[in-house]
Amino acid sequence: MSAAPAYSEDKGGSAGPGEPEYGHDPASGGIFSSDYKRHDDLKEMLDTNKDSLKLEAMKRIVAMIARGKNASDLFPAVVKNVACKNIEDPNQLIRASALRVLSSIRVPIIVPIMMLAIKEAASDMSPYVRKTAAHAIPKLYSLDSDQKDQLIEVIEKLLADKTTLVAGSVVMAFEEVCPERIDLIHKNYRKLCNLLIDVEEWGQVVIISMLTRYARTQFLSPTQNESLLEENAEKAFYGSEEDEAKGAGSEETAAAAPARKPYIMDPDHRLLLRNTKPLLQSRSAAVVMAVAQLYFHLAPKAEVGVIAKALVRLLRSHSEVQYVVLQNVATMSIKRRGMFEPYLKSFYIRSTDPTQIKILKLEVLTNLANETNIPTVLREFQTYIRSMDKDFVAATIQAIGRCATNIGRVRDTCLNGLVQLLSNRDELVVAESVVVIKKLLQMQPAQHGEIIKHLAKLTDNIQVPMARASILWLIGEYCEHVPRIAPDVLRKMAKSFTAEEDIVKLQVINLAAKLYLTNSKQTKLLTQYVLSLAKYDQNYDIRDRARFTRQLIVPSEQGGALSRHAKKLFLAPKPAPVLESSFKDRDHFQLGSLSHLLNAKATGYQELPDWPEEAPDPSVRNVEVPEWTKCSNREKRKEKEKPFYSDSEGESGPTESADSDPESESESDSKSSSESGSGESSSESDNEDQDEDEEKGRGSESEQSEEDGKRKTKKKVPEGKGEASSSDEDSDSSSSTSESEMTSESEEEQLEPASWRRKTPPSSKRAPATKEISLLDLEDFTPPSVQPVSPPAIVSTSLAADLEGLTLTDSTLVPSLLSPVSRVGRQELLHRVAGEGLVVDYTFSRQPFSGDPHMVSVHIHFSNSSDTPIKGLHVGTPKLPAGISIQEFPEIESLAPGESATAVMGINFCDSTQAANFQLCTQTRQFYVSIQPPVGELMAPVFMSENEFKKEQGKLMGMNEITEKLMLPDTCRSDHVVVQKVTATANLGRVPCGTSDEYRFAGRTLTSGSLVLLTLDARQAGAAQLTVNSEKMVIGTMLVKDVIQALTQ
Amino acid sequence: MIHSLFLINCSGDIFLEKHWKSVVSQSVCDYFFEAQEKAADVENVPPVISTPHHYLISIYRDKLFFVSVIQTEVPPLFVIEFLHRVADTFQDYFGECSEAAIKDNVVIVYELLEEMLDNGFPLATESNILKELIKPPTILRSVVNSITGSSNVGDTLPTGQLSNIPWRRAGVKYTNNEAYFDVVEEIDAIIDKSGSTVFAEIQGVIDACIKLSGMPDLSLSFMNPRLLDDVSFHPCIRFKRWESERILSFIPPDGNFRLISYRVSSQNLVAIPVYVKHSISFKENSSCGRFDITIGPKQNMGKTIEGITVTVHMPKVVLNMNLTTTQGSYTFDPVTKVLTWDVGKITPQKLPSLKGLVNLQSGAPKPEENPSLNIQFKIQQLAISGLKVNRLDMYGEKYKPFKGVKYVTKAGKFQVYY
Repeated sequence: MSAAPAYSEDKGGSAGPGEPEYGHDPASGGIFSSDYKRHDDLKEMLDTNKDSLKLEAMKRIVAMIARGKNASDLFPAVVKNVACKNIEDPNQLIRASALRVLSSIRVPIIVPIMMLAIKEAASDMSPYVRKTAAHAIPKLYSLDSDQKDQLIEVIEKLLADKTTLVAGSVVMAFEEVCPERIDLIHKNYRKLCNLLIDVEEWGQVVIISMLTRYARTQFLSPTQNESLLEENAEKAFYGSEEDEAKGAGSEETAAAAPARKPYIMDPDHRLLLRNTKPLLQSRSAAVVMAVAQLYFHLAPKAEVGVIAKALVRLLRSHSEVQYVVLQNVATMSIKRRGMFEPYLKSFYIRSTDPTQIKILKLEVLTNLANETNIPTVLREFQTYIRSMDKDFVAATIQAIGRCATNIGRVRDTCLNGLVQLLSNRDELVVAESVVVIKKLLQMQPAQHGEIIKHLAKLTDNIQVPMARASILWLIGEYCEHVPRIAPDVLRKMAKSFTAEEDIVKLQVINLAAKLYLTNSKQTKLLTQYVLSLAKYDQNYDIRDRARFTRQLIVPSEQGGALSRHAKKLFLAPKPAPVLESSFKDRDHFQLGSLSHLLNAKATGYQELPDWPEEAPDPSVRNVEVPEWTKCSNREKRKEKEKPFYSDSEGESGPTESADSDPESESESDSKSSSESGSGESSSESDNEDQDEDEEKGRGSESEQSEEDGKRKTKKKVPEGKGEASSSDEDSDSSSSTSESEMTSESEEEQLEPASWRRKTPPSSKRAPATKEISLLDLEDFTPPSVQPVSPPAIVSTSLAADLEGLTLTDSTLVPSLLSPVSRVGRQELLHRVAGEGLVVDYTFSRQPFSGDPHMVSVHIHFSNSSDTPIKGLHVGTPKLPAGISIQEFPEIESLAPGESATAVMGINFCDSTQAANFQLCTQTRQFYVSIQPPVGELMAPVFMSENEFKKEQGKLMGMNEITEKLMLPDTCRSDHVVVQKVTATANLGRVPCGTSDEYRFAGRTLTSGSLVLLTLDARQAGAAQLTVNSEKMVIGTMLVKDVIQALTQ
Repeated sequence: MIHSLFLINCSGDIFLEKHWKSVVSQSVCDYFFEAQEKAADVENVPPVISTPHHYLISIYRDKLFFVSVIQTEVPPLFVIEFLHRVADTFQDYFGECSEAAIKDNVVIVYELLEEMLDNGFPLATESNILKELIKPPTILRSVVNSITGSSNVGDTLPTGQLSNIPWRRAGVKYTNNEAYFDVVEEIDAIIDKSGSTVFAEIQGVIDACIKLSGMPDLSLSFMNPRLLDDVSFHPCIRFKRWESERILSFIPPDGNFRLISYRVSSQNLVAIPVYVKHSISFKENSSCGRFDITIGPKQNMGKTIEGITVTVHMPKVVLNMNLTTTQGSYTFDPVTKVLTWDVGKITPQKLPSLKGLVNLQSGAPKPEENPSLNIQFKIQQLAISGLKVNRLDMYGEKYKPFKGVKYVTKAGKFQVYY
């Protein structure tokens, strides 16, 4: 009844006009009047034959119970009327309401009646009643947990239900009653996956989160064999017809294979990923998050990326949603940085954001910072430092510190910026900077004597205890770098010792002890003075510390043994602190869960199990009704139960299969298995869309060629830009092609900054604009009384270097789509003389070939230098070595004299450098030509993080590793040049790297998709070591040769 | 899942509570008040608070806190999403989600909460179903109810719950059949000191107001659907159809609802309709500073920009401002230090400007932090992304509906750095 006081108070206002209503309604008014006669009304109403009155009465009783009101005196009436009569009512809504009322009565006596009612309702004809039965299960369970076994039987029965209405509720009951009985899910797994999209939003969240756990126990980790996966997916792609023919029945043979065998994604695993993906576009943030965590925990690395966009979209939602999403993004961005990098700017902070959101965004920005984007990030941080929100400024300073430790290249820049902040007027800013500087200095103290001196001078002004303590610690730790200042600081501190905070006092003692050990001549008396003061301090910690220190450093008769080692004790080299995200390792909690948010296990949290070593028997998911999977599609179309998403699926079903006819000739197969067949193959391409697109692309070849034709004309526009505009403007081209371009575009966006920024000539290095944009250079500073640190010239040049790329990006702002241009520029295919006026050149454009991702796209430039038009240019019967295939360019009708044209053709070189020979025909002549690709063009860049790179490299050792030593010439020692040369030689993507003198690149061969990892380790004086890891040893060897040639020339 | 709900107003009174399982004492809210005190600002109260026996998940909407009590693990977004849905429902029923409205309709509020959750798990959250169960209050109905003693509980059986299209109630009838769509786009942007765009994207929504009889099946197509790169859908939209044909095909809910929301993020597509020139400077050792701001049209597609408001958060040491403006009016709140300049329309002949002196507290050092500048504006009859509705077709019903589309562009989170 605790609700009553607050409630009656509010009621005062509204009770007047509503009085008759309240008098009539025991659910609201009756509570306060406690007039039990009112219940007679209810009893009467329950006894009538009118449906509406019964419904009304029951609603009120439920309301009373929910308010914590004891309804036990109504118990007999309800049980008599409801449980025994209404549960058999012909109207399904009344049956359902009756059960809801019954199950809401928290009286242990009725447990048996409730059990009976639930059992009965669970086999009711109406799905709505069955849903209510599912809702009643947790209620009964909380009343009497001894009923568990019986309830599990009911749950098992309801899990088999095929309606969307029931699915969500029963899974919720399952999660509350018996989340450990994962075996109950087996038979219903596929059904749940298929129903998922039509279940209501709340049910979706519960089901997805349960299926995440299920999948973790039943399938193999898709990441354990990433490199092998590629090859197998490849096989599956070509062999999909046979696979399909085997059908769902034979899948146990495939997946039951030992774990060490090449990884094949279980079709059921694929089914789950495929069916949840559309839900990323749900309007409900909870559903999007649920799918995102499912992908994060279950999807192969290449596919996780799709969730980033949806999560970024949620950042526009309510601030509470933002808060939760950002927490999860922070965790994800540590493990999968590349995923969010394209959305870096979406995490920029606005002054209107609440502080807690600002700090989370800062966390994400810091996690996303890497070698290439650090200038942009730092510049953004620079703006933040001048914010009015002081907590946020402090967090920004810490973030700068973290960037500095993570990215060696900007360490000095950051340090200098922080030192300048020391003259800020806001003490909090100064204090925070001191603390961060201390941490940074610990990493490389030797070069920074100047900063320490500067800090020492600050002790006069800074009052924030933490900052003072930090400075004192630094001076003590590195007293040999500031031998003259340290004793003076100690002198000053001794003077003010009694007035200091405890934390400062401890550090004074610490400083005194260290100085005594290194410079006892000057500081002996001071130390003794300090220790004596500390001896009589109020705080016992300080007294203890003083006693302890005195025994250690001052030799006495007994303690002699210790004091001999005092120096070792006090001045032992201390490891530098690791500044890392507080979100590190939080991903052992299931993302999106309450436990993850709190970083502590919440009650009732179900651990996310580790992947099994060996896949459990997948046949358990086979359903006895052998036709189930087969008829699912047709059934869906027939069933009026779920017309929505599924009926449109039915609509598009036939067209789809017509499109992909060559793929799925064995039409007799079950739909689900054919889908999973193609899904499997898609794991090798970036995502499913692309795969589907591909199918469509092939199906409608005419469309394809039209598109090509368009591009051909576009190609006269300078490269790169042409690409961008074509994808924007060709709005009438088929959706498939444009979409595949979209994906390639985003890929390029990811890759670009690394390579093309480096191409900017270093001439503008000493640009005068530095002052404007220099990090943390606050213009309204009073000039610091001491000129801090190293000569400013060095500061500014390093800044200029860091920031020059930035001005460039700023001025364009348009995401640049410039492809790294192949080193192999235009090559001649047909000479003017041999071609009788027809000149044909070709280049490797490095753009993904839109028809087939395995093909290298080659741009062919024709120009007519004769004086007659050349007609009917096309490719004649090619004579190709095994495996090599050509996608010809559409015929060029006519080429007028003096004109030129460009066409794109795709060649699948089958990962070899064998030449593709073909005939180039005009109406009158035939020319034999051949295109031989440099090895570097047989691959496409892959974006991966440093850790992934290392992991993959670890898998490609031994035979697959080729190492060569080389000497880098003087002209080729800067970052820019090296990266440019390597990317020009081979179409590889730069992998971010922690150390400054190592360069990493990654790519995949186009045909087989094998990884090619290239590491260049530059050592002193130009010596370097080049390592290539690849399964394709031939490619590896040739690549090493080519890259060395490029670098040493 | 959700155990209890407390509604708390800004002054910290718990004015409504609802329990779905057993009663949880109000004292659990003390943890919430503690967090609220620590946060200083209402926006900074952490949405999730852990207490020894419960977890509190709260949202802040319309000056009210919705605090829910959770006992076991549940996805926090699940609860947050639900609480917002509750607030939306109140808004839908009472026209506003305020303390007064909730107190006035306390019976309906309890009825709604009872139907929305069953034993802590969401049951009926679609507004169409709820309205079938519990009639929204109207003046007429409340008069009738108080005379006849009947309640708001619907007397027909709520069959909507049983249907496959839970968002639409059955048997809808209108004499005028209308379908209106509002395409509303908001520009989120960060502009740096020099006026170049640091970040810009368009956040769009299509809100629909559908008053059509029967079971209409609508399909809405766009001239340029490819602009819609990142979309989230109302559950009524058939996803497959969108994937394959880029057509929005759906059986609409009855009444007002949000059909889709989308994001156009590629920067080259985002036109920035206004530019701002601004400067603020403080003299050393003087309690005065100069302030100057001018605003003008940039890429406005030939439309008038109206409803311009500029909000500047001045540093704390600013005491007062003496400004003159060529257009509109300005106010400076010396407590919150917020300068609001209501500009109105821009006429390109004469650009509106606001300039004058800033007075600082005497003796205070000149401020180091920067003011931040936010802009609001509105452009009628324009979707800045260029999105255009092509046509709306209706199937399944015979009558001819009246159709209309309206476009509006607004500034979203539009910020200019100093």
